[in-house]
Parts: sequence; structure tokens; C-alpha cells
Amino acid sequence: MSSQDDIAGLEEELPLEHLPLDAWHRAKGARMVGFAGYHMPIQYEGIMAEHGWTREHAGLFDVSHMGQLGFSGEGVDAALELLLPADIKGLEPFRQRYSMLLDEEGGIIDDLMISRSGNGAFDGAAIYMVVNGATKYDDIGWMIEHLPDEVVMNHMAEQALLALQGPEAVEVMAQLVPGVAELFFMQAGLFDWQGVPLWISRSGYTGEDGFEISVPAEAAEALADALCALPQVKPIGLGARDSLRLEAGLPLYGHDLTPQVSAIGAGLGFAIPKRRRTEGGFIGYARILKELAEGSGTKRVGLRIDGRLPAREGAPIFAGTRQVGEVTSGGFAPSVGAPVAMGWVSLPESAEGTPLEIEVRGRRIAASVAPMPFVQHRYRRK
Amino acid sequence: MSRYYTDQHEWIDVAGDIATVGITDYAQGQLGDIVFVELPREGATFDKGDDAAVVESVKAASDVYSPISGEVVETNGALEDEPALVNSDPEEDGWFFRLRVADAGELEELMDEAAYKGFVASL
Repeated sequence: MSSQDDIAGLEEELPLEHLPLDAWHRAKGARMVGFAGYHMPIQYEGIMAEHGWTREHAGLFDVSHMGQLGFSGEGVDAALELLLPADIKGLEPFRQRYSMLLDEEGGIIDDLMISRSGNGAFDGAAIYMVVNGATKYDDIGWMIEHLPDEVVMNHMAEQALLALQGPEAVEVMAQLVPGVAELFFMQAGLFDWQGVPLWISRSGYTGEDGFEISVPAEAAEALADALCALPQVKPIGLGARDSLRLEAGLPLYGHDLTPQVSAIGAGLGFAIPKRRRTEGGFIGYARILKELAEGSGTKRVGLRIDGRLPAREGAPIFAGTRQVGEVTSGGFAPSVGAPVAMGWVSLPESAEGTPLEIEVRGRRIAASVAPMPFVQHRYRRK
Repeated sequence: MSRYYTDQHEWIDVAGDIATVGITDYAQGQLGDIVFVELPREGATFDKGDDAAVVESVKAASDVYSPISGEVVETNGALEDEPALVNSDPEEDGWFFRLRVADAGELEELMDEAAYKGFVASL
């Protein structure tokens, strides 16, 4: 028996580093794997059980591998607007947005979250950014190259990052930190927990209500223990994180999003507001402008699959004898009870309901273009 | 009946010239929740080490090799409806397929239970 592919192709050969909660995960019985250059928990009791627990209760995820960056200095908003297609200037204090770094050709270098830390409330930074773990050092290099000297970027390597996700996350978090229940989806704030400053946003990567919590590394274990002491909370590994985000229709960088994919083709046009579409002034604008006018050649879509055989990353997608696309992530969706996938297809085949076939180990399986998310989002919106 | 094991975590029970093949409890534990098993077709013939089946867990697909040479005489249809049998009862009801043994001499290269336990302990 041998594995054909690892978890979403993320295991690496490089010497791995240890994150602040390493010993904590091992004590909780986690199976550790290499991911984004770190030892990380892939699962504790099992992916299906952890997935279901998060959808029903509250799951605690350690995402400390992600890059946390603080930006300050004169002209920081204008400088970041050169790098990101987001409306930074219009970003109000304690508000969070989804954005991405684009290269000169409009390809996606990374996707990320930004928020405005009101009056530098969080670590003195004007803007706080969270980027993907596997890409953070490349992102930092890219941004150093493109930011003026007046703007200071601080890699907050002393911060751990936890996510608490699920319908019971709010009651749990509010027990520790009164006030967090007031936040709406994509709002953030600085809170105090037993003298420890926590930067908490109401956001996540599961489609559920929940929070992402930046905590000083030395307090991470105490916070994780305090959360897991409550009966609603269990630690959840990367395996369930992947199946949860797939069901939520959220793309994974390095798989669904790559430098070969444009923001428009990836369906991320929602993250480029009208002013930026009209005025431009960011790296990669030419391609965005062209694709907004003419359409992109391909589109990221959801795929429902007949039967039980999962189609995974790399599986070619056919319309009759023509290959029209490729699966970029896929697997069994525990809350759907069937396999689902995400992938790109050529524009004429991207309409909902289009019947297609996916080739898995030489066999064609029937699939159709389906709306995403596969499981409804349950964010707390205003 | 004798039970043998491979270093790829398959078990094989031999009764007369018929061998039943599955994956070990250790293997199912490593794979995690199994959601699909692709079985060989009856009548297929394998050389030792050929890809014979595929087991899909939530996280990945893994090949199952034929531990010996032979012809497939039966497959476990129960796995089509209930792939999780491989998790709940890997070494009995969760069997994969039965082979008519082509060369009994190949069995001598496999491990017995004590040797396999030692092998797993060394991992």
C-alpha cells in the first residue's frame, strides 16, 4: 500500500521547524506532518469526526504557520494600493478585507486578509495582514521590493495565530473575552484576555461563524488550553480544515489559485472594488482591465460528482472528447456526503449545470458544474 | 489457514489455493476515514507487486498491491456500499479480494504475524 499523493500535495522534504503549540498538539494526540515548512497537526481523532464537530460545535485550529505582517509609516495606504487591488484608503478602522497580491502579468502570487488596526492599536501597525504560510517569505521579498522606504513592514514572528470556528464559537469566545460577540463578519478589534492582548477578527476558512485570534506566542498554549477546557471545543487538524474550506467553496493558494490564474478567472472579482477597477494603479491591473471587459478564458467552478469516487487535484475535465479543464482540489465532502471538487474550465463550459466528465485513473466519471459553496456559509453579517 | 503480511501493510490469508487479501489495522489507522474502495475485476491476473486496488480516504488515494501472483476469483462487494468497513473491521469483514494462488513459493517471502508486529513497531 502506498500513498499516491499526500494531503493536497502539501508535504515537503525540507527540514521542518516547530511552531509554538508543537508540544501541545502532540500531547493532544495529533498526528504531525510537514506543511509549509513546519510540523503541523493533520488530525487528532480523525478527519470526518473533526469536520463534523466543527460544523456542529466549535473547532480550534492552529494556523500559526501563516505570515502575520504589520505595516506602518507615512503613505502606507497609498503604498499598499500599489500592491493590492483592494480599497485600502477606504478601509475603516477595525474592518477586514480579503485581497491578493498580483504579479506584473496579473497572476495571483498569494491571497490574504488585511485589516486596519485603529490608531495602531495592534502592535503599533496601521495595517495588519495575514498571508499564507507556504508563501510568506516570497511575499515579504516581493513587498520589500515594491514598498517605499517610508513604509515599515514588520514580520510579527512572535505571534501565534489560532482560529475558533463553528456555530458555538461565539458563546465560547465570549466566555473568555466579553465583547467579541459584538463583532460582525470581517470586523476586528484588540481585546484583553487576562492581561494578554489579543487581536481578534470575526472571520475564518470553514464557512462557519468564528474568530481568528492573534496571540503572543508565549500565551498561545494557555489560550488553547482555556478554549479546549470548554466542552464545546475540540482541536481540529489541517485535514478537516481542508475539507471544511472545500465545502465552503474557498480557494486554497498553491492549488486553486496560482500565478497562472487571474483574479477574474478565479472568481475573485468581488475583492476588487469599483474605484480600483476604474482607476487601476496596482500591479497586474492591465490583465484585470482586459478580463473585466472581455472575460477570462477560464473560470473557477464547483463540481458535483456522481457516485462515490473522489476526483482529486490534477484530474482532467472533459466535455465529450475535448479536455476543457482540470480539477484543482477535490475530495470527499463529509457534510455533503459525496465527493465534490473545484477546478477551472473553459468559459463556455462554466455555466451551472453543464454536464462534464472527469478522468480518474483512466475511468470517466460524470460530473456537473455546481454552485458554490457546497455547504451554506453561516457568517454573522450585519 | 495461514496469515502472512507484507511490508506494504497488506495481510493475506491462505486456505488451500485461495488467498484472501486486505489491509492491516495499522494501515487503516494511517489512512484515516475511508470513503471509497476501487476493487479489481474478477478474472484479472496479477503478478506479485502489481497495483490491484485503490483505497480512497478523505485525504488521499493509496494503491493496494497484490502481495502474490494469481487470478482474482472474488471481490468484496460489501465495500462498495460500506467502504468504512475497512476502518471498522480491516482484518476480517473489510477484506478486498480473493486470488487463486499461482506460485505458493512467493508466500515464503512474506512476514508472519510476529515479524509484521516487529516491523510496525520499528516504524
